[in-house]
This record gives sequence, structure tokens and C-alpha cells, in this order.
Amino acid sequence: MVLFDYAFIVRALLAALFTGLAAPAVGTYLVQRRLALLGDGIGHISVTGVAIGLLTGTEPTYTAVLVAIAGGIMIEVIRERGRTSGDVALALLFYGGIAGGVLLTGIAGQSAATLNTYLFGSITTISTGDVWVTVVLAIVVIAVALGLAPQLFAVAQDEEFAKVAGLNVRFYNVLVSVLAAVTVTVAMRTVGLLLVSALMVVPVATAQQVTRGFRATLVAAMGLGTAASIGGVVISTYVDVAPGATIVLLSLAAFASAWPFGVWVRRRVRLAAPFTEPVDLLVPATGHSAVPEEHEHQHGEHCGHRAVPHGDHVDYVHDGHRHAPHGSHYDEH
Amino acid sequence: MRPVVEIRDGAVELSGRPVLRGIDLAIAAGEVVVVLGANGSGKSTLVRTMLGLVPTCRGEVRLFGTPLEKFHDWKRVGFVPQRVTAAGGVPASVREVVAAGRLAQRRLLTPMRARDRTAVSEAIAAVGLTDRAGDGVSTLSGGQQQRALIARALAGRPELLVLDEPTAGVDQASQELFANTLAGLVDQGATIVLVAHEIGPVRRLIGRSVVMRDGRVVYDGPPTGDAVLQHEAGHHATLDTAHPDHTPTVTSPVDPREAR
Repeated sequence: MVLFDYAFIVRALLAALFTGLAAPAVGTYLVQRRLALLGDGIGHISVTGVAIGLLTGTEPTYTAVLVAIAGGIMIEVIRERGRTSGDVALALLFYGGIAGGVLLTGIAGQSAATLNTYLFGSITTISTGDVWVTVVLAIVVIAVALGLAPQLFAVAQDEEFAKVAGLNVRFYNVLVSVLAAVTVTVAMRTVGLLLVSALMVVPVATAQQVTRGFRATLVAAMGLGTAASIGGVVISTYVDVAPGATIVLLSLAAFASAWPFGVWVRRRVRLAAPFTEPVDLLVPATGHSAVPEEHEHQHGEHCGHRAVPHGDHVDYVHDGHRHAPHGSHYDEH
Repeated sequence: MRPVVEIRDGAVELSGRPVLRGIDLAIAAGEVVVVLGANGSGKSTLVRTMLGLVPTCRGEVRLFGTPLEKFHDWKRVGFVPQRVTAAGGVPASVREVVAAGRLAQRRLLTPMRARDRTAVSEAIAAVGLTDRAGDGVSTLSGGQQQRALIARALAGRPELLVLDEPTAGVDQASQELFANTLAGLVDQGATIVLVAHEIGPVRRLIGRSVVMRDGRVVYDGPPTGDAVLQHEAGHHATLDTAHPDHTPTVTSPVDPREAR
């Protein structure tokens, strides 16, 4: 295949593969904790990290990792201690991070174009060293996200219960933040700091349109993330478009196509949900009311009316009514 | 024998406001205790204090004879938190939620063993959700979600089970099922602490009532029905109607007269 003849494309594909696997793995826990924008917050903070690298002449990836981790821990501490809601904590760091980054880049005498390669990614200019850093960090993130899945799931699902199960809730919360921070820097060169959160959240949102379980969502999201990342890189080698933006738009396209299916599935589930017996102690049960009009057909398996379980029998949804068979006639339920 | 739960001179402050004070409570193994009280009486805080979810500002809490800060044997404890929903931001199946109840029994980084899976299946069966085990919890009704959370606590096969209003919003049939499940645990010698607003079908299991009022235990003894509650309410009603939580009424001169 002609693609693999170019070393820079091979490097880009490798980086895309591992970013696509790691970002949704961490993103699943963020969405579970309803902190979908945490990745975005850390991304903004990392701008300052990159700028510190540019200012001091250090490799921006390393300074970005350190600043991102510090930011991730800070968000967690603000959320836990400050009794500030998660979104306010995020907002504070969003603006501080990006303002600090722009300020420091200016002081460093670097142009906006340099900063842009980090903000929106530049996967095709990625060096061999960068690929190694990306691959190693991504493997660490994936191993932790999958290996500690039961613990991370329990903490994200219900903190109080996790605490009574003997888990160190604070440790796991900080761990998720640190994982998110590392992932952000891993994805920095692929999709860029401003778009990284999309790769963490959108595949998860797509997966949960069709999945019913957590594990299935996690695995499906990782698959979708990888497909979008690889697809984005391949497309951008044939068409002259920005790879980072292409990856994100591919993810969104996947979501847009899965969404109607999800709506349909949820509607079906809702319609088939059993009717529950109302617990009304004030109104004593009084007889029953038969369907007044002549009923022209027998409700049954093939009558075309939706059969819904109701206690010990089945109701048929008929023209906005609920008909329950009762001997020779139907009761209105 | 040491009590399973022991609070001595316990007091709790939340943001500087005393919410529990002068709590002396010992619950022996095998007891079934119901904690009753009005909204805001501190009954929920009381059980959360037992589990270390709320820090005490004085006094001592012991679980199975060990001071709470040194207690690590969490696999002996099951907890059903007071919740509206069991669903998070990502779908999770009933089985996955219940499996979280086995965490204290499992070792880090090892998959579930056969006995973990058996315990999960049995817990799901005990609350009558076997046919919904693979479904997402968010698709269940409120009562069914509450049953899933009860199953999660049962999956750990706890010696001490603490339930915070487990039957709030649960229909009559589910409450019967829940009472039967608890009865099974009681037969196995488990200790149960149950916070409830209304007792319902579990009444027959209960051996002791603790009635909370305004952050204190006002009754602790055999269940004597709702008469106790009414008596307590009547006894203090005249004292406290004006300042139910000891907050002084402070108004400014510009407040409308009704407010003062």
C-alpha cells in the first residue's frame, strides 16, 4: 500500500491508533462521572504547559504533561474541597490556562503559528521520538483504565458506596484526572489541545446510543475512537484537510448516524415498559369499567396492538386506551 | 461480645452547624434496628456517621469493635445509599452495578471468580431482577433501580447491612419482596440498620426502634408502633414550633412585618 511508503504517514498512523484507543477509554469514566468537559479543561491548562516549554526551550510535550497533571489534580481538589460545582472549577481553569498560554507564548517570542500546531494538532510533522512517547503513555493509560476498571467504575458510579466498599475514593478520583491529563498530552499532537476532548467524549456518546452495559460502552468507544483517528489520518493524506479536525468530524458523523438508532431503541423500550399498579391508598378499588363500544376483534399476539405486561396479565394499547381481556369483554385499564 | 456498631458521645457538625449531638448507641450482632424520624431529624446522618461517610466532631464510632479510623474490614459491611437513581452518565447493566458490591471481596487486578459471579447472580435473584440482569439500570423503574442497589449491597454477603430509606418510592409488591429478602438475611444472623420514613412490610422483622428528633435520639427501645412517634411529636411541639432548628429569627427593620 502506497501509504506505508512514507515514514511520516506510518508515524502519524501509529500515533492516531494509540490516541484513538486511549482517549475514549479515559473518556468513558469522565462521562460516567458527568465530567465530560474535564478533558477540555485540562487541554486548556496544557496550553500554558506548552508555552512554558517554548519559553524555557524544553520539549513542550514534557512541560505540557507536568502542567496537565497539576491542572487535573487541581480540578479534582477544587471540586472536592471547594464545594464548587465541577463546571465552575473547570471554567476557572479553562480561562486561566489559555490566557497564561497565550501570554507566555508572546513573551517567548513565538508566533501564533507555533502555538497552533499544539492547539489543533500536527500529526504529520510528528517525530519518531514523539511517536514513542505517545505510544508508551497511551499503553500506560489503557492498561490502568482497563486493569482498574471495576474500581474506577464503582467510584464513578457511586462515590459513597465505593467508600463503604473500602475503596480510597480520593485516590481513584485523582487517578482519573491524571489519566485524563496524560491522555490530553498524548492526543495533543494528533488532534490538538482544543479538540482532544472530542476524541474522549464523542465516541462514548456514540457507543451509548446502542449499548446497554458499561463494559460494552467502553470497548465500543475505544473501537470507534480508533476508527475515527485512523480514518481521519488516511483521509487527510488523500485530501488536503487538517487531520485533527477530520478525526473529530468523523467521530461526530458516527454519532450523527448512531443517534436516530438510539432514539428508536429508547422509544421501543419505553413503549414496552410494564404498566405498574398504582399504589393509591386513599381511593379504594372499585369494580371495573368495561370498554363501552362493541369490540370488533380479539386482541392477541397478532392483532397489531402493542401488548404490554401489567401485573399478572397483558394490556393492549388500543387507540390511546389500555384494554385488558376480561372474560367476554375488555376492561379499560 | 462487642457490639457491631457502637457510637459513644457522638456529635456531628456540617459546616459548623450541629446536626447530631449526644449520640450513644450500641447495636449488637443480629439486631434489626429501624431509625425513624422526621425529615431533617438527623436519621440519615446517623447511619452515614456509622459508616464514616460523615466525620464526627467528638466522640467515638466503632464497627465490629474497631475504631472507625482503623477499620479496614469493609467486606463485612453492606450499604444501600439513599438515592433517586442508580444510573450514571454511561449506561451500566444491572449485573455490572450489582457486581460492584463484590469489590471489597475481590483482589486488585484479578478478574471475578466463580464465587463472585454466583454471589452476584444470587443477589439479583433475591430482589427478583434476574430477567432484567442484562438491561441498563436507567431503563428500570424507580423501584427496580432501588432493588438493584439493594442487590449490590447483598452481593457482598454483609454481616452488617445499613440501608438509608431503601423503600422510598418503591411500590407495595417490591416492598414485600424486599421484606422477604431482609428476612432471609436476618435468618443468617446479619445485623440490619434501616432508616425509614414509614415502616411498611418490614415491620414484622424489626426488633428495636431508634427515633431521632432534632439531632438527638429521643426513643430507643422495642418498636411500639407509631404511638411513640406521635407522643414524641406532641410532647415537644409547643417548645419548638417557632424555631425548629434553633436558628434565631433575625430580621432587619426593612423586612416586611410578616417576616418578623
